[in-house]
Amino acid sequence: MINFGYKIQEDRQIDYDSCERRILEFVRKDEPSVDWCMSCGTCASGCTAAVTSDYSLRKLILLSRRGLDDEISTMVFRCRFCGKCINACPRGVNTRNIVYLMQLAIKNHKS
Amino acid sequence: MEAAAKLSRQGFAVTIIEREESVGGRLNQWHALFPHRKPANELRLMLINEIAGNVNMVTNAHIEAVERKDDGFSIRINNNRMVTACAVLLTTGFDIFDAEKKEEYGYGIYENVITSVDLEQTFRSGKPVLNAQGKTPARIGFIHCVGSRDEKAGNPHCSKVCCVTAVKQAIEVKELLPSSEVYLFYMDLRMFGRHFEELYKEAQFKYGVQFIRARLSEAFENPDGGLQIRIEDTLLSKPLKMTLDLLVLMTGIQPQKKPGNLTDMLELERDTDGFIRPLETYSPYRTKIPGLFCAGGITGPKTIEETLAEARSVTLEITGYLKNIENYAGQEQFIMEL
Repeated sequence: MINFGYKIQEDRQIDYDSCERRILEFVRKDEPSVDWCMSCGTCASGCTAAVTSDYSLRKLILLSRRGLDDEISTMVFRCRFCGKCINACPRGVNTRNIVYLMQLAIKNHKS
Repeated sequence: MEAAAKLSRQGFAVTIIEREESVGGRLNQWHALFPHRKPANELRLMLINEIAGNVNMVTNAHIEAVERKDDGFSIRINNNRMVTACAVLLTTGFDIFDAEKKEEYGYGIYENVITSVDLEQTFRSGKPVLNAQGKTPARIGFIHCVGSRDEKAGNPHCSKVCCVTAVKQAIEVKELLPSSEVYLFYMDLRMFGRHFEELYKEAQFKYGVQFIRARLSEAFENPDGGLQIRIEDTLLSKPLKMTLDLLVLMTGIQPQKKPGNLTDMLELERDTDGFIRPLETYSPYRTKIPGLFCAGGITGPKTIEETLAEARSVTLEITGYLKNIENYAGQEQFIMEL
């Protein structure tokens, strides 16, 4: 293809109608507390992985709600399962299990 | 009504001047009250029961003039009616923001855009929640802060009660239509009152209501009558588009601005938000006119519980005032022009 020196930018808009929320559906089956998250970010504020990377459980849960499953798969494996987020969550969300199930959903999908 | 009941119980002669055909004000419009979701009519009947037989009532009244005299007030009402009183309590309430002014949301243009007041009336009528095409809506969105926290709409203040009303109505929709998807688009969720946070949690935990932090800029209509909205998902910093079958606008509370309203007629001072500026911060019932008191929505957005508390509280102010004036003639006066 001829390189004209420019390209069409990718649409970064979330198209809510056409996205499937596969990871969210998978997590929700075993861990309904995923729906209790109110995006306060307490989990991320105490997170070890967040200090050295862009890892954020608050964002992961939001991404799953918007069906942005590709973005989840690049982020979710940075978790070290220390579990500080479980202690921090003011709503009693079982955070570590959510991360585990997200990883499992991606692994299952790949295999 | 609550203040009238309490004053008449103390032996004062009370007259309610009501603009509408019947008393009750906004309670006549609402279906159920947050956060306990008790019927609005239950409270209305309770209040009417309290005043029945003890209070004079003038309905369908339009106040033409209020004159302050040495011994009190002289009020001229339409049809050549006159009422005199030693003290007057203004409880004229608030107006609801006219959603058509936010033209970009499409109220009055697109059939499937309704207001929270419209939805409340649907609940009250007992009719099913349907869209304009007569179908059961599969996806319903609630837009918070319509005509609130919006300087361009002329209302920079927070209307206070819409957040919890949206949560209440979302639950009611989910109860009527369990398979529908319900989305609330909010800037902040201001669950300030007792049991409000619990209601919010219940909406999320029990009913699966989805909360998206965003403020709508514009809604469009699809050829099938559905609505296309585009928002910024502010917690993800990404634009988001979705279609909805029904859009509910949470219209805010604003001061009465219509020409000829009593606030202007009495030349009462308004605060920067347009609501009456009371004489004292911590006892916001007295006005600059001796003997003229105010309570309820006239001094800002309030819940029904707060309004009832104010009604009881202003009673003490009024009795204190009446005991101090020499020529108390046993007349007490109320104005309700809701």
